[in-house]
Amino acid sequence: MIFDNEMILRFKSKSQNEGFARMTAAAFLLELDPTITEISDIKTAVSEAVTNAIIHGYERKDGMVTMHCGYCGANIYIEIIDNGKGIEDIEKAREPLYTTKPYEERSGLGFTVMESFMDEVIVESEPNKGTKIVMRKTLKSLL
Amino acid sequence: MDIKFKKIRNCLVVYPTGEIDHHSSEVLKKEIDRQCESALTKNIIVDFGRVNFMDSSGIGMIIGRYKYTHLKGGKTVVTGVSDNLRKIFTLSGLGRIIRIYPTVEDAVENI
Repeated sequence: MIFDNEMILRFKSKSQNEGFARMTAAAFLLELDPTITEISDIKTAVSEAVTNAIIHGYERKDGMVTMHCGYCGANIYIEIIDNGKGIEDIEKAREPLYTTKPYEERSGLGFTVMESFMDEVIVESEPNKGTKIVMRKTLKSLL
Repeated sequence: MDIKFKKIRNCLVVYPTGEIDHHSSEVLKKEIDRQCESALTKNIIVDFGRVNFMDSSGIGMIIGRYKYTHLKGGKTVVTGVSDNLRKIFTLSGLGRIIRIYPTVEDAVENI
């Protein structure tokens, strides 16, 4: 896809980078003048995807997370990619309240939030190879 | 994350400030549990009036505190939920098990 504008950010799988990633995505998209609700939705979805990469993809071990943001007209696309352990059963992982880490007080709502706050979420994953989450949102304020 | 605590009657009132995500919620959980032990209160009120961002890690944090107080025969309730945070609260269905009050005063009176 040819974007009007795009950027790539690569950062270590440290939990303090969750805030950095969502703020960077928000700053990049500010040019489009989204509404406060739209930017809040995007920040939340990015936070969920990056947290998944850190907690589930790398299981808190060191690794690199890549965030690719781009927009084309009113559509914004965000990819969060890790090279961690991958997801064995994507369908199960997307079920609301499903978590493999209940003892860590995880709510199991990560994918539910992404799906509710964005217009489309595609998950590509292979065990021991990693996970790529592609999210799309149409900024209605631009239509 | 800046967190303030106040003991009002038999409630520990928690005032987190800023953004609640997986990173900050770890700190928040530890601090609340530590304060709860030392304050000897069975109820927790978490005021979200100064929180400008929260993802599902915050929901996990609240459910964890709910279980903790429930075991002690107490309650966990929340207050000051802005429109910004209401969406994630609604989505989580948390309102079915945890009461949401407009203000800390309302929560203390009704808990």
